[in-house]
Amino acid sequence: MSETTTHLPEEKARIGAPSIPGFTEEGENLSPLNDNASSLLGGDSTKGHSHGGGVGVVDSSRAGRLTSYNVEDFAPLTGREEDWRFTPLKRMGALHTAELTGAAPKVELLGSEVAQLSTVAADDKLRGVALKPEDRVSANAWKYAADASVLTLPKSQDAGHVRLRITGESKDAAAQHIVVVAEENSEALLILDHVGSAVLAQNVEFDVREGAKLTVVSLQAWEDDAVHASSQQASVAKDAAFKHIAVTFGGDLVRLAPSARFTGERAEIELYGLYFADAGQHLEHRLFVDHAVPNCKSNVLYKGALQGKDAHTVWVGDVLIRAAAVGTDSYEANRNLVLTDGARADSVPNLEIETGLIDGAGHASTTGRFDDEHLFYLMARGIDEKTARRLVVRGFLNEIVQQIGDDELQERLTETIEEELAATNN
Amino acid sequence: MSTLEIKDLHVSIETEQGEKEILKGVSLVINTNETHAIMGPNGSGKSTLASTIAGHPRYTVTSGSITLDGEDVLEMSVDERAKAGLFLAMQYPVEVPGVTMTNFLRTAKTAIDGEAPKLRTWTKDVKDAMSKLKIDADFAQRNVNEGFSGGEKKRVEILQLELFKPKFAVLDETDSGLDVDALKVVSEGVNRAQAENEMGTLLITHYTRILRYIKPDYVHVFVDGRVAEQGGPELADRLEEEGYDRYVNANA
Ligand SMILES: Nc1ncnc2c1ncn2[C@@H]1O[C@H](COP(=O)(O)OP(=O)(O)OP(=O)(O)O)[C@@H](O)[C@H]1O
Ligand SMILES: [Mg+2]
Repeated sequence: MSETTTHLPEEKARIGAPSIPGFTEEGENLSPLNDNASSLLGGDSTKGHSHGGGVGVVDSSRAGRLTSYNVEDFAPLTGREEDWRFTPLKRMGALHTAELTGAAPKVELLGSEVAQLSTVAADDKLRGVALKPEDRVSANAWKYAADASVLTLPKSQDAGHVRLRITGESKDAAAQHIVVVAEENSEALLILDHVGSAVLAQNVEFDVREGAKLTVVSLQAWEDDAVHASSQQASVAKDAAFKHIAVTFGGDLVRLAPSARFTGERAEIELYGLYFADAGQHLEHRLFVDHAVPNCKSNVLYKGALQGKDAHTVWVGDVLIRAAAVGTDSYEANRNLVLTDGARADSVPNLEIETGLIDGAGHASTTGRFDDEHLFYLMARGIDEKTARRLVVRGFLNEIVQQIGDDELQERLTETIEEELAATNN
Repeated sequence: MSTLEIKDLHVSIETEQGEKEILKGVSLVINTNETHAIMGPNGSGKSTLASTIAGHPRYTVTSGSITLDGEDVLEMSVDERAKAGLFLAMQYPVEVPGVTMTNFLRTAKTAIDGEAPKLRTWTKDVKDAMSKLKIDADFAQRNVNEGFSGGEKKRVEILQLELFKPKFAVLDETDSGLDVDALKVVSEGVNRAQAENEMGTLLITHYTRILRYIKPDYVHVFVDGRVAEQGGPELADRLEEEGYDRYVNANA
């Protein structure tokens, strides 16, 4: 299941797409969750820009998406908006409407002598260094965040494995803001470990400065009742490398939006993700890679497993290669494995290319079922059904687990996957 | 000595037009150390027989029996059959995403033997078996059958045969799609397994070529879901010259 990024734009949608045998290429599964009666709000064919006023921007081009620090600029959500149509707003814990005055989850720094954690006032100039809200919930979180936690990864040092434990202790709707500054030529593997329970609108920004190498694992290991909407934005400077791995398996509703923007040449962005949805869970990942400068490279791969009634996952991958971004090399893929009936995976890759002068760009999306023929083959070699299922799922997700590079966390994830699997087996 | 006995086996499949009978009373007795070749026209039910022995859920046995040393094979689940010593080398081996060959082979071996193989000797056994079958060492890291060529898949089936050491092997057109050298390499693998494990073999093929390397004790002609004729190795030569016309016409 390896990906290649060498092909030409004309072939983008085909090459590498159905690389999992037995998996059908589903392409875009566009059935919206919310009632989409009003065509005035536009669909995929709507192009063009919307200016000022802050009325819900109806623009399928990512370049035209409204961004604002002011929550009032975003129209109240109806659930029919392009970027909310899959999300069950009723289960959002009012994060888009409420005053987010609940206690924000506790942030603790573990396991690094080099990294520094501090708290700054909400009006500190660091806030907004890499993030500007792209939706109403994020803007609401901006408005209500009482302060900001700032993690600094000092210049030219290897901070090693850094863990920020983020513990939710209240179900009152809350806002949180975290700023990560990866200074010039710093290096770190940062784990954002979300545990406990919360109803949380969160903004996390990563200022990845020149030559820095930052790997972030955002782990959503919430309790079953958590609601978490998180906008995680990175600006990636010249010669820097940013790798973001979203790992989501806990929570009632998780909606994570990682965005990464190149601000200097020869930088690299990798966005990976792994999710495992059980009965009733809604796990949504909406990512955005913004190629605005020449000669940068990005790679996106999200893999998800689903099981149980009304397990629902949504993956939307926006990659925008702007006119200036000549020499871009980009690939994005999402692969889902549906283990039982009644689960649903929506997958929408959006690749926009505004220049022909690129090295390569492609996208792929596959949603497959664990197949009786796979099962038969393994069982015909003596492997019992349960072990066979485990072998396939573990193998399927392992490609992402291996990206993490932290033994303890990998171990923990492998265990979690086993537990999730044990829960399905009849 | 072990015996695999198939008695008056009737097998149907579900089709859109309803139930369709494919095997219409097959009887065969195979002992360990024996090689039986099955030849017959396309669509006559050879793969159906093979898959039914292995327990593929698509096939329903409507009457008759399969026993292994008197034990009812039809009562066993697919994995139990493999553990009991039955092995099917498939006509179209399945690609399994996400599972490396190394992991797969070790898991299967552990399941079949009921205990994990000793790591050091196992690694060496796998390596040796691969090199004898001229399978590149890289294949160990690749996902099961994924992207393997037709011939490579067949070799990997025989690799498993050698490593898992079954009592009975059903080889469904293992020779199809093999080049001349591969045919020899694969045949040697089967012969080694027979010699080392006293294996009984049911060899399904369209060509006498493989029978020059793997000598059958018996040849069965399969036509329209039944054994139409049985004989010794000379029957294969006659089939090669005359084809199946005689049986097919007699049947019509
Ligand atoms: N789903 C199905 N619907 C209708 N007929 C089917 C179905 N599946 C199998 N058959 C039929 O069952 C018959 C036996 O097939 P089988 O694969 O066992 O033949 P075979 O002898 O192995 O042929 P070959 O030499 O081509 O491999 C064929 O006529 C085939 O068309
Ligand atoms: Mg066949």
